[in-house]
Amino acid sequence: MHFNTLQHLQQELVAGRVSCVQIVESYLENIRNNKHLNAFLEVFEAEALANANQVDKKVQNKNQGKLAGLVIGLKDNISYTGHAVSSSSKILEGYTSVYNATVVDRLLDEDAIIIGRLNCDEFAMGASNENSAYGPVLNAQDNSRVPGGSSGGSAVAVQANLCRVALGSDTGGSIRQPSSFTGTFGMKPTYGRVSRWGLLAYASSFDQIGPVTSSVEDMAAVLEVIAGPDENDATVSETAVPAYSKNLKSSGKKRIAVFEDCLTADGLAPEIKTHLNQAIDALKADGNEVEMVSFPYLDYMVPCYYVLTTAEASSNLSRYSGLLYGHRSTEAHDLESTFIQSRTEGFGPEVKRRIMAGTFVLSSDYYDAYYTKAQKVRRIIQQETEKILKDFDFILLPTTPTEAFKLGEKANDPIAMYLADIFTVQAPLAGIPAISLPTGTMDSGMPFGLQLMANHYEEQDLLNMSKYLFELMED
Amino acid sequence: MEITDQKIKELSHLAKLSFKSEDKDKIKSELGQILNFCEKLNELDTEGVEPLVYMSDRTNHLRPDVVKPSLNKSDALKNAPDADSDYFRVPKVIKK
Repeated sequence: MHFNTLQHLQQELVAGRVSCVQIVESYLENIRNNKHLNAFLEVFEAEALANANQVDKKVQNKNQGKLAGLVIGLKDNISYTGHAVSSSSKILEGYTSVYNATVVDRLLDEDAIIIGRLNCDEFAMGASNENSAYGPVLNAQDNSRVPGGSSGGSAVAVQANLCRVALGSDTGGSIRQPSSFTGTFGMKPTYGRVSRWGLLAYASSFDQIGPVTSSVEDMAAVLEVIAGPDENDATVSETAVPAYSKNLKSSGKKRIAVFEDCLTADGLAPEIKTHLNQAIDALKADGNEVEMVSFPYLDYMVPCYYVLTTAEASSNLSRYSGLLYGHRSTEAHDLESTFIQSRTEGFGPEVKRRIMAGTFVLSSDYYDAYYTKAQKVRRIIQQETEKILKDFDFILLPTTPTEAFKLGEKANDPIAMYLADIFTVQAPLAGIPAISLPTGTMDSGMPFGLQLMANHYEEQDLLNMSKYLFELMED
Repeated sequence: MEITDQKIKELSHLAKLSFKSEDKDKIKSELGQILNFCEKLNELDTEGVEPLVYMSDRTNHLRPDVVKPSLNKSDALKNAPDADSDYFRVPKVIKK
Protein backbone atom coordinates (compact mmCIF):
# COMPACT_ATOMS: atom_id res chain seq x y z
CA MET A 1 0.00 0.00 0.00
CA HIS A 2 1.90 3.04 -1.19
CA PHE A 3 0.75 6.51 -2.19
CA ASN A 4 3.30 9.12 -3.22
CA THR A 5 1.32 12.01 -1.82
CA LEU A 6 -1.60 12.56 0.52
CA GLN A 7 -3.54 13.94 -2.42
CA HIS A 8 -3.10 10.69 -4.32
CA LEU A 9 -4.16 8.71 -1.23
CA GLN A 10 -7.27 10.85 -0.84
CA GLN A 11 -8.26 10.28 -4.48
CA GLU A 12 -8.15 6.54 -3.83
CA LEU A 13 -10.02 7.01 -0.56
CA VAL A 14 -12.85 8.96 -2.19
CA ALA A 15 -13.01 6.46 -5.06
CA GLY A 16 -13.51 3.70 -2.44
CA ARG A 17 -10.42 1.77 -3.53
CA VAL A 18 -8.88 1.98 -0.07
CA SER A 19 -10.17 2.76 3.44
CA CYS A 20 -8.63 4.52 6.42
CA VAL A 21 -9.01 1.31 8.42
CA GLN A 22 -6.94 -0.57 5.82
CA ILE A 23 -4.31 2.15 5.87
CA VAL A 24 -4.06 2.11 9.67
CA GLU A 25 -3.91 -1.70 9.70
CA SER A 26 -1.06 -1.64 7.24
CA TYR A 27 0.91 0.81 9.40
CA LEU A 28 0.18 -1.22 12.53
CA GLU A 29 1.63 -4.26 10.81
CA ASN A 30 4.75 -2.31 9.81
CA ILE A 31 5.09 -1.11 13.40
CA ARG A 32 4.86 -4.67 14.71
CA ASN A 33 7.51 -5.82 12.23
CA ASN A 34 9.87 -2.98 13.16
CA LYS A 35 9.70 -2.98 16.95
CA HIS A 36 13.48 -3.31 17.14
CA LEU A 37 13.84 0.24 15.76
CA ASN A 38 12.31 1.56 19.02
CA ALA A 39 10.70 4.46 17.16
CA PHE A 40 7.40 4.36 19.05
CA LEU A 41 7.10 4.76 22.81
CA GLU A 42 3.41 3.94 22.57
CA VAL A 43 1.06 2.92 19.77
CA PHE A 44 -2.58 4.01 20.05
CA GLU A 45 -3.71 0.89 18.23
CA ALA A 46 -7.40 0.49 19.15
CA GLU A 47 -7.99 4.21 19.15
CA ALA A 48 -6.38 4.75 15.74
CA LEU A 49 -8.54 1.99 14.27
CA ALA A 50 -11.69 3.45 15.83
CA ASN A 51 -10.83 6.91 14.52
CA ALA A 52 -10.07 5.45 11.08
CA ASN A 53 -13.53 3.91 11.08
CA GLN A 54 -15.06 7.31 11.90
CA VAL A 55 -13.13 9.02 9.12
CA ASP A 56 -14.21 6.31 6.66
CA LYS A 57 -17.82 7.14 7.53
CA LYS A 58 -17.15 10.82 6.93
CA VAL A 59 -15.60 10.00 3.55
CA GLN A 60 -18.76 8.08 2.63
CA ASN A 61 -20.83 11.09 3.69
CA LYS A 62 -18.47 13.41 1.81
CA ASN A 63 -17.85 15.59 4.86
CA GLN A 64 -14.25 14.59 5.65
CA GLY A 65 -11.56 17.06 6.67
CA LYS A 66 -8.50 18.15 4.70
CA LEU A 67 -6.25 15.54 6.28
CA ALA A 68 -8.58 12.52 5.96
CA GLY A 69 -6.47 9.40 5.52
CA LEU A 70 -3.36 10.98 6.99
CA VAL A 71 -1.86 8.73 9.66
CA ILE A 72 0.48 10.76 11.82
CA GLY A 73 2.81 10.15 14.77
CA LEU A 74 3.62 12.72 17.44
CA LYS A 75 7.02 13.33 18.94
CA ASP A 76 6.81 12.54 22.64
CA ASN A 77 6.88 16.21 23.61
CA ILE A 78 3.51 17.16 22.08
CA SER A 79 0.49 17.03 24.39
CA TYR A 80 -2.57 14.97 23.47
CA THR A 81 -5.37 14.92 26.04
CA GLY A 82 -5.72 11.66 27.92
CA HIS A 83 -2.45 10.30 26.56
CA ALA A 84 0.93 9.99 28.17
CA VAL A 85 3.66 12.45 27.18
CA SER A 86 7.14 12.29 28.67
CA SER A 87 9.73 14.01 26.46
CA SER A 88 11.43 10.62 26.77
CA SER A 89 12.28 11.49 30.38
CA LYS A 90 11.86 9.45 33.56
CA ILE A 91 10.83 12.63 35.32
CA LEU A 92 7.51 12.54 33.43
CA GLU A 93 6.89 8.82 33.78
CA GLY A 94 3.16 8.29 34.29
CA TYR A 95 2.21 11.83 33.30
CA THR A 96 -1.01 12.20 31.27
CA SER A 97 -1.79 15.29 29.20
CA VAL A 98 -4.80 17.21 30.46
CA TYR A 99 -5.06 19.41 27.38
CA ASN A 100 -4.29 19.23 23.68
CA ALA A 101 -1.42 21.00 21.99
CA THR A 102 -2.85 23.46 19.46
CA VAL A 103 -1.29 21.45 16.62
CA VAL A 104 -3.13 18.34 17.87
CA ASP A 105 -6.47 20.17 17.96
CA ARG A 106 -5.91 21.33 14.40
CA LEU A 107 -4.86 17.91 13.11
CA LEU A 108 -7.88 16.24 14.70
CA ASP A 109 -10.24 18.92 13.36
CA GLU A 110 -9.09 18.00 9.86
CA ASP A 111 -9.47 14.24 10.48
CA ALA A 112 -5.84 13.23 10.76
CA ILE A 113 -5.43 9.92 12.61
CA ILE A 114 -2.86 9.97 15.42
CA ILE A 115 -1.22 6.57 15.66
CA GLY A 116 1.18 6.97 18.57
CA ARG A 117 3.94 8.87 20.28
CA LEU A 118 7.50 8.78 19.10
CA ASN A 119 10.79 8.37 20.89
CA CYS A 120 13.20 11.33 21.04
CA ASP A 121 16.18 12.60 22.97
CA GLU A 122 15.23 13.53 26.54
CA PHE A 123 13.62 16.97 26.49
CA ALA A 124 14.68 17.23 22.82
CA MET A 125 18.33 17.58 23.86
CA GLY A 126 20.55 15.59 21.56
CA ALA A 127 21.60 14.84 18.02
CA SER A 128 21.49 11.03 18.05
CA ASN A 129 18.42 9.93 20.03
CA GLU A 130 20.83 8.19 22.43
CA ASN A 131 19.72 10.47 25.26
CA SER A 132 16.25 8.95 25.54
CA ALA A 133 15.39 7.37 28.89
CA TYR A 134 13.66 4.67 26.82
CA GLY A 135 16.68 3.62 24.78
CA PRO A 136 18.05 4.72 21.43
CA VAL A 137 16.15 4.63 18.14
CA LEU A 138 17.92 2.73 15.36
CA ASN A 139 18.36 4.02 11.84
CA ALA A 140 16.17 1.77 9.66
CA GLN A 141 18.70 1.79 6.83
CA ASP A 142 21.58 0.56 8.98
CA ASN A 143 20.74 -0.55 12.51
CA SER A 144 24.27 0.12 13.74
CA ARG A 145 23.77 3.83 13.06
CA VAL A 146 21.86 6.55 14.85
CA PRO A 147 18.77 8.18 13.31
CA GLY A 148 19.89 11.65 14.41
CA GLY A 149 18.07 13.67 16.98
CA SER A 150 16.35 14.89 18.78
CA SER A 151 13.30 13.88 16.68
CA GLY A 152 14.87 10.49 15.89
CA GLY A 153 11.67 8.49 16.38
CA SER A 154 9.74 10.88 14.12
CA ALA A 155 12.30 10.56 11.33
CA VAL A 156 12.58 6.76 11.56
CA ALA A 157 8.79 6.35 11.70
CA VAL A 158 8.57 8.05 8.28
CA GLN A 159 11.74 6.38 6.96
CA ALA A 160 10.45 2.89 7.83
CA ASN A 161 6.88 3.64 6.72
CA LEU A 162 5.40 3.27 10.22
CA CYS A 163 3.14 6.29 9.65
CA ARG A 164 2.66 8.71 6.76
CA VAL A 165 3.89 11.87 8.51
CA ALA A 166 5.37 12.61 11.92
CA LEU A 167 5.52 15.84 13.85
CA GLY A 168 8.82 16.74 15.42
CA SER A 169 10.18 19.82 17.11
CA ASP A 170 13.27 21.71 16.00
CA THR A 171 15.39 23.84 18.34
CA GLY A 172 18.83 23.64 16.71
CA GLY A 173 18.21 21.10 13.98
CA SER A 174 16.13 18.45 15.72
CA ILE A 175 13.85 17.92 12.71
CA ARG A 176 16.24 18.57 9.82
CA GLN A 177 19.30 16.70 11.09
CA PRO A 178 17.43 13.39 11.60
CA SER A 179 15.67 13.96 8.26
CA SER A 180 19.08 14.13 6.63
CA PHE A 181 20.19 10.94 8.42
CA THR A 182 17.06 9.00 7.40
CA GLY A 183 16.39 10.20 3.85
CA THR A 184 13.18 12.02 4.72
CA PHE A 185 11.90 15.57 4.23
CA GLY A 186 12.01 17.78 7.32
CA MET A 187 10.93 21.35 7.92
CA LYS A 188 11.50 23.92 10.61
CA PRO A 189 8.97 26.72 10.06
CA THR A 190 9.62 30.40 10.80
CA TYR A 191 9.68 31.18 14.52
CA GLY A 192 6.10 32.31 15.18
CA ARG A 193 4.49 30.34 12.34
CA VAL A 194 3.26 27.39 14.42
CA SER A 195 1.85 27.55 17.95
CA ARG A 196 3.99 26.06 20.72
CA TRP A 197 1.00 25.64 23.05
CA GLY A 198 1.20 22.11 24.43
CA LEU A 199 4.80 21.56 23.28
CA LEU A 200 6.96 20.63 26.27
CA ALA A 201 9.38 23.54 26.32
CA TYR A 202 13.14 23.22 25.83
CA ALA A 203 14.31 26.66 24.61
CA SER A 204 11.33 28.91 24.03
CA SER A 205 12.93 31.45 21.69
CA PHE A 206 14.04 28.62 19.36
CA ASP A 207 11.48 25.78 19.56
CA GLN A 208 9.19 25.23 16.58
CA ILE A 209 7.02 22.25 15.71
CA GLY A 210 7.31 20.98 12.14
CA PRO A 211 6.63 17.96 9.94
CA VAL A 212 8.80 15.04 8.82
CA THR A 213 7.37 13.64 5.59
CA SER A 214 8.14 11.62 2.48
CA SER A 215 7.22 14.41 0.05
CA VAL A 216 7.13 18.21 -0.24
CA GLU A 217 3.41 17.91 -1.02
CA ASP A 218 2.63 16.32 2.35
CA MET A 219 4.75 18.94 4.09
CA ALA A 220 2.66 21.70 2.53
CA ALA A 221 -0.62 19.95 3.41
CA VAL A 222 0.32 19.51 7.07
CA LEU A 223 1.89 22.95 7.53
CA GLU A 224 -1.19 24.79 6.31
CA VAL A 225 -3.29 22.98 8.91
CA ILE A 226 -0.98 23.46 11.92
CA ALA A 227 0.19 27.03 11.17
CA GLY A 228 -1.47 30.28 12.18
CA PRO A 229 -2.44 32.51 15.09
CA ASP A 230 -3.36 31.01 18.43
CA GLU A 231 -4.66 32.89 21.45
CA ASN A 232 -2.68 30.53 23.67
CA ASP A 233 0.70 31.45 22.17
CA ALA A 234 1.30 35.18 21.86
CA THR A 235 4.49 34.64 19.82
CA VAL A 236 2.55 33.27 16.84
CA SER A 237 2.32 35.75 13.99
CA GLU A 238 -0.90 37.14 12.54
CA THR A 239 0.72 36.90 9.09
CA ALA A 240 -1.82 35.13 6.87
CA VAL A 241 -1.26 31.41 6.29
CA PRO A 242 -1.30 30.77 2.53
CA ALA A 243 -2.94 27.67 1.05
CA TYR A 244 0.51 26.08 0.80
CA SER A 245 -0.61 22.86 -0.87
CA LYS A 246 -2.88 24.53 -3.43
CA ASN A 247 -0.18 27.07 -4.33
CA LEU A 248 2.55 24.45 -4.46
CA LYS A 249 4.35 24.51 -7.77
CA SER A 250 7.85 23.59 -8.77
CA SER A 251 9.50 26.91 -9.42
CA GLY A 252 13.12 27.74 -9.96
CA LYS A 253 15.00 30.53 -11.78
CA LYS A 254 15.94 32.06 -8.48
CA ARG A 255 18.92 33.73 -6.86
CA ILE A 256 20.66 31.39 -4.46
CA ALA A 257 23.52 32.06 -2.07
CA VAL A 258 26.00 29.37 -1.06
CA PHE A 259 28.41 29.95 1.82
CA GLU A 260 32.03 29.42 0.81
CA ASP A 261 32.66 28.81 4.48
CA CYS A 262 30.37 25.78 4.46
CA LEU A 263 32.12 24.21 1.50
CA THR A 264 35.49 24.57 3.21
CA ALA A 265 34.28 23.65 6.71
CA ASP A 266 36.38 21.12 8.62
CA GLY A 267 34.64 17.80 8.85
CA LEU A 268 32.43 18.19 5.78
CA ALA A 269 32.37 14.74 4.16
CA PRO A 270 33.90 14.85 0.64
CA GLU A 271 30.89 13.08 -0.88
CA ILE A 272 28.54 15.69 0.59
CA LYS A 273 30.73 18.48 -0.75
CA THR A 274 30.70 16.88 -4.21
CA HIS A 275 26.94 16.53 -4.05
CA LEU A 276 26.51 20.19 -3.08
CA ASN A 277 28.69 21.20 -6.03
CA GLN A 278 26.59 19.01 -8.33
CA ALA A 279 23.46 20.75 -7.05
CA ILE A 280 25.05 24.13 -7.73
CA ASP A 281 25.94 23.07 -11.29
CA ALA A 282 22.47 21.68 -11.91
CA LEU A 283 20.84 24.87 -10.61
CA LYS A 284 23.06 27.05 -12.80
CA ALA A 285 22.48 24.89 -15.85
CA ASP A 286 18.74 25.29 -15.35
CA GLY A 287 18.87 29.07 -15.32
CA ASN A 288 19.27 29.90 -11.63
CA GLU A 289 21.85 32.36 -10.38
CA VAL A 290 24.06 30.77 -7.75
CA GLU A 291 26.69 32.86 -6.03
CA MET A 292 29.32 32.08 -3.46
CA VAL A 293 29.15 34.47 -0.55
CA SER A 294 31.27 34.76 2.55
CA PHE A 295 29.61 34.13 5.90
CA PRO A 296 32.40 34.12 8.46
CA TYR A 297 30.18 33.22 11.43
CA LEU A 298 30.01 29.46 11.07
CA ASP A 299 32.29 28.77 14.05
CA TYR A 300 30.29 31.06 16.33
CA MET A 301 26.86 29.63 15.67
CA VAL A 302 27.01 26.46 17.75
CA PRO A 303 28.58 28.20 20.80
CA CYS A 304 25.98 30.99 20.55
CA TYR A 305 23.23 28.40 20.30
CA TYR A 306 24.50 26.50 23.34
CA VAL A 307 24.77 29.51 25.63
CA LEU A 308 21.24 30.66 24.81
CA THR A 309 19.49 27.28 24.73
CA THR A 310 21.08 26.01 27.95
CA ALA A 311 20.04 29.25 29.66
CA GLU A 312 16.46 28.88 28.46
CA ALA A 313 16.45 25.17 29.32
CA SER A 314 17.64 25.76 32.88
CA SER A 315 14.77 28.19 33.32
CA ASN A 316 12.11 26.10 31.54
CA LEU A 317 13.03 22.88 33.32
CA SER A 318 12.78 24.46 36.76
CA ARG A 319 9.08 23.53 36.60
CA TYR A 320 10.01 19.88 37.21
CA SER A 321 10.13 20.20 40.96
CA GLY A 322 8.44 17.01 42.10
CA LEU A 323 5.53 18.98 43.56
CA LEU A 324 2.68 19.37 41.06
CA TYR A 325 3.35 16.59 38.54
CA GLY A 326 6.05 14.23 37.44
CA HIS A 327 8.45 12.16 39.50
CA ARG A 328 8.68 12.74 43.26
CA SER A 329 11.50 10.99 45.06
CA THR A 330 10.54 8.60 47.85
CA GLU A 331 13.93 9.30 49.44
CA ALA A 332 13.12 12.94 50.16
CA HIS A 333 12.09 14.08 53.62
CA ASP A 334 11.56 17.83 53.28
CA LEU A 335 10.84 20.40 50.59
CA GLU A 336 14.45 21.10 49.57
CA SER A 337 15.37 17.43 49.34
CA THR A 338 12.16 16.80 47.36
CA PHE A 339 13.35 19.27 44.73
CA ILE A 340 16.90 17.97 44.65
CA GLN A 341 16.22 14.23 44.88
CA SER A 342 13.30 14.25 42.42
CA ARG A 343 15.28 16.18 39.81
CA THR A 344 18.50 14.22 40.36
CA GLU A 345 16.68 10.89 39.96
CA GLY A 346 14.41 12.06 37.13
CA PHE A 347 16.75 13.82 34.69
CA GLY A 348 19.33 12.07 32.53
CA PRO A 349 22.99 13.14 32.19
CA GLU A 350 22.66 15.40 29.11
CA VAL A 351 19.71 17.28 30.61
CA LYS A 352 21.67 17.81 33.83
CA ARG A 353 24.69 19.02 31.85
CA ARG A 354 22.59 21.60 30.05
CA ILE A 355 20.77 22.75 33.19
CA MET A 356 24.15 23.23 34.89
CA ALA A 357 25.62 25.09 31.88
CA GLY A 358 22.50 27.27 31.68
CA THR A 359 22.61 27.99 35.39
CA PHE A 360 26.24 29.04 34.99
CA VAL A 361 25.66 31.43 32.07
CA LEU A 362 22.71 33.01 33.89
CA SER A 363 24.51 33.40 37.23
CA SER A 364 25.12 37.03 38.17
CA ASP A 365 28.93 36.88 37.83
CA TYR A 366 28.85 35.51 34.29
CA TYR A 367 25.53 36.76 32.90
CA ASP A 368 26.99 39.58 30.79
CA ALA A 369 30.09 37.70 29.69
CA TYR A 370 28.14 34.69 28.39
CA TYR A 371 24.39 35.24 28.13
CA THR A 372 24.26 38.89 27.02
CA LYS A 373 27.27 38.30 24.78
CA ALA A 374 25.48 35.41 23.06
CA GLN A 375 22.33 37.51 22.61
CA LYS A 376 24.46 40.13 20.86
CA VAL A 377 26.06 37.51 18.65
CA ARG A 378 22.58 36.20 17.85
CA ARG A 379 21.62 39.71 16.70
CA ILE A 380 24.68 39.81 14.40
CA ILE A 381 23.90 36.36 12.97
CA GLN A 382 20.27 37.34 12.37
CA GLN A 383 21.17 40.66 10.74
CA GLU A 384 23.88 39.17 8.52
CA THR A 385 21.53 36.34 7.49
CA GLU A 386 18.75 38.81 6.65
CA LYS A 387 21.22 40.92 4.67
CA ILE A 388 22.00 37.92 2.47
CA LEU A 389 18.30 37.16 2.07
CA LYS A 390 17.73 40.69 0.80
CA ASP A 391 20.04 39.96 -2.11
CA PHE A 392 19.12 36.31 -2.59
CA ASP A 393 15.91 34.28 -2.53
CA PHE A 394 17.44 31.31 -0.74
CA ILE A 395 20.53 30.04 0.99
CA LEU A 396 21.63 26.53 0.00
CA LEU A 397 23.82 24.46 2.31
CA PRO A 398 24.28 20.88 3.47
CA THR A 399 21.97 19.78 6.29
CA THR A 400 24.67 17.80 8.07
CA PRO A 401 28.46 17.55 7.66
CA THR A 402 28.31 13.73 7.53
CA GLU A 403 25.87 10.87 7.09
CA ALA A 404 24.37 9.16 10.17
CA PHE A 405 27.16 8.20 12.54
CA LYS A 406 27.46 4.95 14.49
CA LEU A 407 25.68 4.37 17.78
CA GLY A 408 28.06 5.22 20.61
CA GLU A 409 30.51 7.04 18.32
CA LYS A 410 29.97 10.47 19.84
CA ALA A 411 28.17 9.52 23.04
CA ASN A 412 31.12 10.43 25.29
CA ASP A 413 32.06 13.69 23.61
CA PRO A 414 29.43 16.40 24.12
CA ILE A 415 31.24 18.92 21.90
CA ALA A 416 31.51 16.50 18.94
CA MET A 417 27.81 15.77 19.34
CA TYR A 418 26.98 19.49 19.43
CA LEU A 419 28.87 20.04 16.16
CA ALA A 420 26.47 17.67 14.37
CA ASP A 421 24.19 20.74 14.35
CA ILE A 422 26.71 23.08 12.70
CA PHE A 423 24.64 23.68 9.55
CA THR A 424 21.21 23.57 11.17
CA VAL A 425 21.50 26.08 14.04
CA GLN A 426 21.58 29.16 11.80
CA ALA A 427 17.86 28.98 10.92
CA PRO A 428 16.62 28.89 14.54
CA LEU A 429 19.21 31.48 15.62
CA ALA A 430 17.85 33.83 12.94
CA GLY A 431 14.24 32.63 13.33
CA ILE A 432 13.90 31.79 9.63
CA PRO A 433 12.37 28.68 7.99
CA ALA A 434 14.46 25.84 6.55
CA ILE A 435 13.84 22.53 4.81
CA SER A 436 16.06 19.46 4.50
CA LEU A 437 15.61 17.52 1.25
CA PRO A 438 16.77 13.90 0.84
CA THR A 439 18.75 14.36 -2.37
CA GLY A 440 22.04 12.67 -1.51
CA THR A 441 23.32 9.13 -1.06
CA MET A 442 26.79 8.12 0.09
CA ASP A 443 28.64 5.26 -1.61
CA SER A 444 27.70 3.25 1.47
CA GLY A 445 24.03 3.77 0.63
CA MET A 446 23.37 6.05 3.59
CA PRO A 447 21.23 9.09 2.76
CA PHE A 448 21.96 12.75 3.48
CA GLY A 449 20.16 16.00 2.87
CA LEU A 450 20.58 19.38 1.27
CA GLN A 451 19.12 22.32 3.09
CA LEU A 452 17.36 25.46 1.85
CA MET A 453 16.69 28.49 4.04
CA ALA A 454 14.42 31.41 3.16
CA ASN A 455 13.35 34.68 4.75
CA HIS A 456 10.79 34.95 7.58
CA TYR A 457 7.31 33.64 6.62
CA GLU A 458 8.38 32.70 3.10
CA GLU A 459 7.41 29.05 3.55
CA GLN A 460 5.47 29.06 0.28
CA ASP A 461 8.50 30.05 -1.79
CA LEU A 462 10.61 27.66 0.24
CA LEU A 463 8.24 24.75 -0.44
CA ASN A 464 8.06 25.61 -4.14
CA MET A 465 11.84 25.81 -4.42
CA SER A 466 12.19 22.56 -2.48
CA LYS A 467 9.89 20.77 -4.89
CA TYR A 468 11.85 22.20 -7.79
CA LEU A 469 15.29 21.35 -6.40
CA PHE A 470 14.25 17.84 -5.39
CA GLU A 471 12.90 17.14 -8.89
CA LEU A 472 15.98 18.68 -10.48
CA MET A 473 18.28 16.43 -8.44
CA GLU A 474 16.20 13.35 -9.30
CA ASP A 475 16.75 13.86 -13.04
CA MET B 1 37.30 28.57 32.26
CA GLU B 2 38.44 26.46 35.21
CA ILE B 3 35.44 25.09 37.08
CA THR B 4 36.13 24.51 40.77
CA ASP B 5 34.42 22.17 43.24
CA GLN B 6 33.03 25.24 44.93
CA LYS B 7 31.46 26.43 41.64
CA ILE B 8 29.82 23.03 41.11
CA LYS B 9 28.46 23.23 44.65
CA GLU B 10 26.98 26.68 44.03
CA LEU B 11 25.53 25.76 40.64
CA SER B 12 23.99 22.51 41.81
CA HIS B 13 22.42 24.37 44.72
CA LEU B 14 20.85 26.85 42.29
CA ALA B 15 19.83 24.13 39.81
CA LYS B 16 18.46 21.86 42.56
CA LEU B 17 20.58 18.92 41.45
CA SER B 18 23.10 16.81 43.29
CA PHE B 19 26.15 15.01 41.96
CA LYS B 20 27.90 12.11 43.65
CA SER B 21 31.70 12.20 43.78
CA GLU B 22 32.45 10.44 40.45
CA ASP B 23 29.65 12.34 38.67
CA LYS B 24 30.95 15.55 40.20
CA ASP B 25 34.36 15.17 38.53
CA LYS B 26 32.69 14.35 35.26
CA ILE B 27 30.34 17.35 35.27
CA LYS B 28 33.23 19.56 36.35
CA SER B 29 35.36 18.63 33.36
CA GLU B 30 32.45 18.59 30.90
CA LEU B 31 31.22 21.99 32.02
CA GLY B 32 34.75 23.36 31.66
CA GLN B 33 34.94 21.98 28.11
CA ILE B 34 31.54 23.39 27.15
CA LEU B 35 32.34 26.82 28.53
CA ASN B 36 35.75 26.89 26.81
CA PHE B 37 33.98 26.03 23.59
CA CYS B 38 31.53 28.90 24.18
CA GLU B 39 34.32 31.38 24.88
CA LYS B 40 34.88 31.41 21.14
CA LEU B 41 32.19 34.13 21.12
CA ASN B 42 34.67 36.57 22.68
CA GLU B 43 36.50 36.74 19.34
CA LEU B 44 33.56 38.65 17.85
CA ASP B 45 33.36 42.39 18.34
CA THR B 46 29.88 43.14 19.64
CA GLU B 47 30.51 46.73 20.69
CA GLY B 48 27.30 48.74 20.23
CA VAL B 49 25.19 45.69 19.29
CA GLU B 50 21.84 45.42 21.07
CA PRO B 51 21.15 41.97 22.55
CA LEU B 52 18.50 40.06 20.59
CA VAL B 53 15.91 39.14 23.21
CA TYR B 54 12.57 38.59 21.49
CA MET B 55 12.21 36.55 18.31
CA SER B 56 8.57 37.37 17.71
CA ASP B 57 7.66 40.27 15.42
CA ARG B 58 4.60 41.02 17.52
CA THR B 59 4.56 43.83 20.05
CA ASN B 60 1.86 44.84 22.52
CA HIS B 61 -0.69 42.50 21.10
CA LEU B 62 -3.82 43.09 23.19
CA ARG B 63 -6.81 40.80 23.48
CA PRO B 64 -10.18 41.35 25.18
CA ASP B 65 -10.09 40.47 28.87
CA VAL B 66 -12.67 37.69 28.90
CA VAL B 67 -13.12 35.36 31.86
CA LYS B 68 -12.85 31.79 30.66
CA PRO B 69 -12.57 28.46 32.46
CA SER B 70 -9.11 26.94 32.62
CA LEU B 71 -8.17 23.53 34.01
CA ASN B 72 -10.75 22.19 36.46
CA LYS B 73 -9.60 20.99 39.87
CA SER B 74 -9.68 17.28 39.16
CA ASP B 75 -7.65 17.68 35.96
CA ALA B 76 -5.17 19.94 37.74
CA LEU B 77 -4.69 17.35 40.47
CA LYS B 78 -4.68 14.36 38.11
CA ASN B 79 -0.90 14.18 37.76
CA ALA B 80 -0.02 15.16 41.31
CA PRO B 81 2.46 12.81 43.01
CA ASP B 82 0.40 13.33 46.16
CA ALA B 83 -2.92 15.10 46.66
CA ASP B 84 -6.21 14.91 48.48
CA SER B 85 -9.51 15.84 46.82
CA ASP B 86 -8.77 19.57 46.92
CA TYR B 87 -5.08 20.20 47.39
CA PHE B 88 -1.60 19.18 46.34
CA ARG B 89 0.24 17.58 49.22
CA VAL B 90 3.89 18.52 49.64
CA PRO B 91 6.42 17.52 52.28
CA LYS B 92 6.41 19.56 55.43
CA VAL B 93 7.86 23.02 54.85
CA ILE B 94 8.03 24.47 58.35
CA LYS B 95 10.26 22.74 60.86
CA LYS B 96 8.95 22.55 64.38
